[in-house]
Amino acid sequence: MSAPILEVSGLGKRFGGFVALDGIDLTVNTGERLGLIGPNGSGKSTLVNCICGTLTNETGKVHFDGRNLKGLITHERTRLGMARSFQLPRPFFSMTIADNIRVPLMYAVNARRGSKMSEAEIADQCGEMLRLVGLADRARHFPRDLTQVDMRKLELARAMAVDPKLLIADEAMAGLSGSEVKDIVQLLITLNERGITVILIEHIMSAVMQFSQRLAVLVSGKKIADGKPADVIRDPEVERAYLGQ
Amino acid sequence: MSFDLLVSALIAGLLLGGFYAAVTVGISISFGILDIVNIAHPGFIILGSYFAYLLNSKFGIDPILAGIIALPAFYALGAAVYQVYYVSFERRGKEALAGLAFFFGLLFISEVLLVLGVGVDYRYVQAGYIDQNLGKFLGAAGSALPKLIAELPMRMLVPCVGSLLMFGALLAFIKRTFIGRAIMAVAQDQLALQLMAADPIRIKRIAFAISIATAALAGAFLIIIQPVEPSVGREYIGRVFAICVLGGLGSLPGTIIGAMLLGVVESITSTFYGPSWAPAVAFGLLLLTLAFRPSGILGRQ
Amino acid sequence: MRSRIFFVVMILIAAAIYAIARTYNNEYYFFAIYTVLQYVVLATAWNILGGYTGYVNFGSAAFFAVGAYSSVVLHKLWPDVPVPLLIVVGGAVSGLIGFGMGYLTLRLRGAFFAIATLAMAVVLQTLITNWSFVGGSRGAYVIRPQKVDASLFGDTIANFITTVIATSYLQYLCLVMFVLAVAALTTARAIERSALGYGFATIRDDELAAEASGVPTLKLKLIATTLSGAFMGMAGAPFPYYISFIQPSSAFGLEYAVNSIAMPMIGGTSSWIGPLVGAVLLGSLQQWATVNISSAVGVLLVGVLLVVFVVVAPNGLVGLFKQTFMGKKA
Repeated sequence: MSAPILEVSGLGKRFGGFVALDGIDLTVNTGERLGLIGPNGSGKSTLVNCICGTLTNETGKVHFDGRNLKGLITHERTRLGMARSFQLPRPFFSMTIADNIRVPLMYAVNARRGSKMSEAEIADQCGEMLRLVGLADRARHFPRDLTQVDMRKLELARAMAVDPKLLIADEAMAGLSGSEVKDIVQLLITLNERGITVILIEHIMSAVMQFSQRLAVLVSGKKIADGKPADVIRDPEVERAYLGQ
Repeated sequence: MSFDLLVSALIAGLLLGGFYAAVTVGISISFGILDIVNIAHPGFIILGSYFAYLLNSKFGIDPILAGIIALPAFYALGAAVYQVYYVSFERRGKEALAGLAFFFGLLFISEVLLVLGVGVDYRYVQAGYIDQNLGKFLGAAGSALPKLIAELPMRMLVPCVGSLLMFGALLAFIKRTFIGRAIMAVAQDQLALQLMAADPIRIKRIAFAISIATAALAGAFLIIIQPVEPSVGREYIGRVFAICVLGGLGSLPGTIIGAMLLGVVESITSTFYGPSWAPAVAFGLLLLTLAFRPSGILGRQ
Repeated sequence: MRSRIFFVVMILIAAAIYAIARTYNNEYYFFAIYTVLQYVVLATAWNILGGYTGYVNFGSAAFFAVGAYSSVVLHKLWPDVPVPLLIVVGGAVSGLIGFGMGYLTLRLRGAFFAIATLAMAVVLQTLITNWSFVGGSRGAYVIRPQKVDASLFGDTIANFITTVIATSYLQYLCLVMFVLAVAALTTARAIERSALGYGFATIRDDELAAEASGVPTLKLKLIATTLSGAFMGMAGAPFPYYISFIQPSSAFGLEYAVNSIAMPMIGGTSSWIGPLVGAVLLGSLQQWATVNISSAVGVLLVGVLLVVFVVVAPNGLVGLFKQTFMGKKA
């Protein structure tokens, strides 16, 4: 494994008097598949939001690809190669599925490359993304016509279109059936095999265990475990705090 | 800068601020608590003023009494407006643009209807106490008062006291009754409310209706303080939102603080720089607050 | 159709309409045409911000008035400044104000932005009302010349212009407005089809997701407010000549705010056609009502239609058309 792609050190975030994150240290190695679990309200989404710049952390640092992200706002971090999908899919409802994919191509990828992609290149890339998630036949449809699982696939496709080095999938499988969950896990593994580091935040333990090479556990804003999945789930503290529920 | 002038401007500002609190409390409920940008609220206040004017000029009824008489009608109007709003916008999902346009249209329509129906002349109300100051009003008892207090004009004092009473009644309602607490809860957590076997939609409708009902009284107070014509509402749009933002959205006590602050700043500006600058004060203050401290003085995040 | 071709086609259509009006040679038609064209520009300008990005501007009147009053200032300093230059200056000043206001308030939620626009409009109105150089609340006279002075182009051409093309100054103002309206429509259409247009749409749909997709939302919103403000200022720049006597109460009139919101929303906010349709239909309706009933009723009609459409047909006339004839659901 090469240098870590993401280094979070001493990250702290409060909302008024409430401490959402308390000194989080997390290192993610390039090409890794990291799972992040924790009970509701433990701060997982807050952590994601701080890493992506949607929220600003009061203490601690976030380094991405060796760069300190302090002061960079969300779209700047996206352009550096950090992509995220949202817990509740947030597609752009007023445009077609294909156009949903074109936006990150136009804005994130173009900005990073310096030279603009031609219309044809964008169309090509867009088609590839859609084929990857199995939505190519519905390119001209609108998001409201999609099923739940397809919306989540669109969400992931849009994150992928950013051409990321790191993909943070925030509860991409909530509410899906068993076979649909398998679909998404397989998709994420495929993406990882292309060289993308993936952080999977999930409640569905089967998916987490199947996917993760490493597992971290967040409880009440603190990281209480971090290591091999098989070891972590046997950790008594983890059992008590999370799995026992 | 004459000290006496400053003191009298200060006092006038505080009296004005009390009144502004009544004008704003409706928006504190609809915008601060229910998150509905009802910019038509000043339009309803002007309607209240004209209602008081009608009852006063035709039947000689005291304007404040007229305002109280108008309460049920305004409450019903508020409930009806909320129903339309809910069915058209809130239920269809967040369409902020359409909702804003809806209320803007209502504001505009109310103004033009008044112009067409009653005309652009300034209207005012007559009541015994309006032209007097406190000392004269109290007669014999008044002669014992210190000069500063005795000279307080009734036309400012009565609305101020009335406003604070109305405000106090609302605060008590919010804290002591089930519906009142439900209204505060609905802003924070609709699910919890449903678990408490209360219908969130009904609660919101009641809250909105109450906010419009306050306009009936606020309108009566307004026409006691100054003559009213249909476009006066426009000046108040900026004032009410400035107060709301200054005091902090969703905080009823904050509304009073914001109102007093605005009243004083406006009064001092008016006294020392001329009344034509007064409208700019509210809006300027609003812009500055939005630019630098959007959560206001007492607001929640 | 590329933008250049679109522009030429629209100019030709505008020229045709103008020629037809010239054959009737009734000054009243030109009054009406000018007013409608003014609203085409205002509605299109409003829609660039409101329709495309979803940020509602209640202070359209202020941008319009700033354009008008910058012309008043220029006219008082140099009475012979030609109208096209007035338009450029008016647009620049209004654009700058749009930028400034956006910079102060665009980080906030849409609702706060809308209220801030209202606040800014009143502040600007108060400033101008207290500015004696432009006449303050008493108003200012800007005498409209009889004919346009085209002596710059030589006597023969100047003569041709004033006897055949534009026999009155009002007709000249209409010509200018036609060009401005076509420019506004071309710009709006070009934006729609470009990456910028997609960026705007993502801001309207979901700003958070837009940022996560790499869209620089603040920068785009600033572009929108600046462009929108600039066009509104350009619409206002010739106004003093049109009306000859300008007062803050008329320049900042509420009807400008309502019309510039109602026309795009009734026409349909998702494309450049909506504001055009809205402005032409409602502008004409309003003119008819003003002449036959009263101007207050004309304005009331538009307000009522706004509320009705917003409740019943939120996608406007263009949306209804698409639904009926193309089977597209909203």
